[in-house]
Amino acid sequence: MSSQITPANISQSAPGHFVVSGSWTARTVADMNQKLAAIVDSDTPEVLVDGSHLQAIDSVGVWTLQRQFKKMRDAGRSIRLLDWPPQFQKLLDVVEKQLDIPVPAPPHHSLLETIGRKGEAAWQGMFALLSFIGECALALLRIAPQPKRWRWRLVLKNIQIAGFDALPIIGLTAFLLGIVVAYQGADQLRHYGANIFVVDLVGFAMLREFSPLITAIIIAGRSGSAYAAQIGTMVVTEEIDGMRTIGIEPIDFLVLPKIIALLVALPLLTVFADVTGVFGGMFMARSQLDINFHEFLVRFGSVIHLSALLVGVGKAFVFAAIIAIVGCYQGFRTKGNADSVGRQTTRSVVQSIFIVIILDSGFSVIFSILDL
Amino acid sequence: MQSATNTNTAAPNKSPNIIEMRGVSTRFGSHVVHADLDLEVRQGEIFAIVGGSGSGKSTLLREMIMLHRPDSGTIKVLDTDVLALSPGEAHILRQRWGVMFQHGGLFGTLNVRDNVGLPLREHTDLDDTLINELAAWKITLSGLEPEAGLQYPTELSGGMLKRASMARALALDPELLFLDEPTAGLDPGGAGGIDTLVRSLHELYQSTIVIITHDLDFLWQVTDRVAVLGEGKVVGVGSMSELAQMDHPIIREYFDGPRGRAAQEQAQTQAGVQQHDKEQPWTQK
Repeated sequence: MSSQITPANISQSAPGHFVVSGSWTARTVADMNQKLAAIVDSDTPEVLVDGSHLQAIDSVGVWTLQRQFKKMRDAGRSIRLLDWPPQFQKLLDVVEKQLDIPVPAPPHHSLLETIGRKGEAAWQGMFALLSFIGECALALLRIAPQPKRWRWRLVLKNIQIAGFDALPIIGLTAFLLGIVVAYQGADQLRHYGANIFVVDLVGFAMLREFSPLITAIIIAGRSGSAYAAQIGTMVVTEEIDGMRTIGIEPIDFLVLPKIIALLVALPLLTVFADVTGVFGGMFMARSQLDINFHEFLVRFGSVIHLSALLVGVGKAFVFAAIIAIVGCYQGFRTKGNADSVGRQTTRSVVQSIFIVIILDSGFSVIFSILDL
Repeated sequence: MQSATNTNTAAPNKSPNIIEMRGVSTRFGSHVVHADLDLEVRQGEIFAIVGGSGSGKSTLLREMIMLHRPDSGTIKVLDTDVLALSPGEAHILRQRWGVMFQHGGLFGTLNVRDNVGLPLREHTDLDDTLINELAAWKITLSGLEPEAGLQYPTELSGGMLKRASMARALALDPELLFLDEPTAGLDPGGAGGIDTLVRSLHELYQSTIVIITHDLDFLWQVTDRVAVLGEGKVVGVGSMSELAQMDHPIIREYFDGPRGRAAQEQAQTQAGVQQHDKEQPWTQK
């Protein structure tokens, strides 16, 4: 290696006679294009390029030069290379022959086409999700009469991971939510001297809406994403294919235990969230509205009916199915690489939370029509 | 980077060593991989490292390219002591060599063209059009169709993946090219294509090429010198025909198996023809 690298340069020593000097490499050649343009613009029919002062040249340098020479040849001028070091000759020849290599451009889509493609993909995705739900239902029907094939061990393990391990975070979140609801209500109720109605507020809000919703959202972020990432990674490492070839249905082995486990765990977690949430409200009612625990519980027993609890828990069943199915479905949609696993995991969380909230508002409408 | 010191006329045995390993010892726990190993690679040669599984070939390669640090010894690559470099110096040195990994090592989120263009984008100020042209050229040079540039690594077959990885290793015109198992997992046709590719690239860039391989045909057809690793040392170095004369049991294992003999015979019958009939992928297009 020459220790001293002189920058690339090209100069005109006489009309039509250019001297290339210095080191023409990837790092030094970037601003040569302007100077080269001067040769292209000069108007002598024959151009001599002297390479005797050239120190080093790599394929980037050769490419840059040959690209300009080609423009001049195309314009009908002739180029002669003078005194070029012999070791660069081969590279010069190869590049000259290959300048025309097509640079394929990625297909360009108009805005309308992009919208169309996205719409089509979303439409197809919906059918794929439906068909995945169908497959799961069929698999469930198939193994339902055979309790031996239920894989209880996996189900229990999933209940532990998705349910038991989530108790602290669910409990804390619901407790804080209860405090917030009671605190926001307290100020308003005090104006009317209707302090005791805080019980109705906290009770109905937590049991019917907030507990199922916050539990579902936390579990979608916690377990739904884990399902998608686990299955997605297994797709990438060909474990799913391996499973199929030794005669284990991935749906039986990976999906059903998760759905069953979440169907058990999420309603239970919701009840737990109800308890800690109402306790949070009770705590706030005592400190802000002078309603002691006894008064609160007496009122709670008389105004909150069992139906409020059942509505919330019933919703939790549906949310559980949505989270498990969407998480697994997005996992199976993973294609090829690590990036795709990340994308599908994100998608599983966003999609399941979105569907949960849509369904929740749907439930509100239905329940108000049914007068529940 | 190709410098004026790389000349066609310089005979390989007169040129200085491009890699020098002296007294290198490597241990993983109590397992000794290299015990006081010496190795030299000369400027401009195609050098192969062979040896059984677990003989420390890959570790040796990783030590040369600064991915692993030996327990003792000195390693000089391109006249630089790689064990005593500051991060800045290491950064500059890394741009002077190209590495083709066994499983490609391509970035899954980029298509082949962007993979190949990445070193140029990172380390130079060249404009995008030029980088794309150069990447397309290197892709063709590596024997892929230009359209392959828009494909993603997961869409490529094993042989295409190796060629794409080769194209990326060539992005900065390395003075030194490392190839890890360039023909492993390829069908004979694909492996033969890689033989031709390595020879023609060597001729074009006159760079030094260090190869780890098990492929006996490849060793006979392509390499100038071969080092056989065994018992933590280099048990023999020389051209394939020189090695074929040596008596060390580990070397004999390589040559005396049925596959070893077949490869040798084939190489000898082809030797005369090859001088005049070198296939050059770039002239076919």
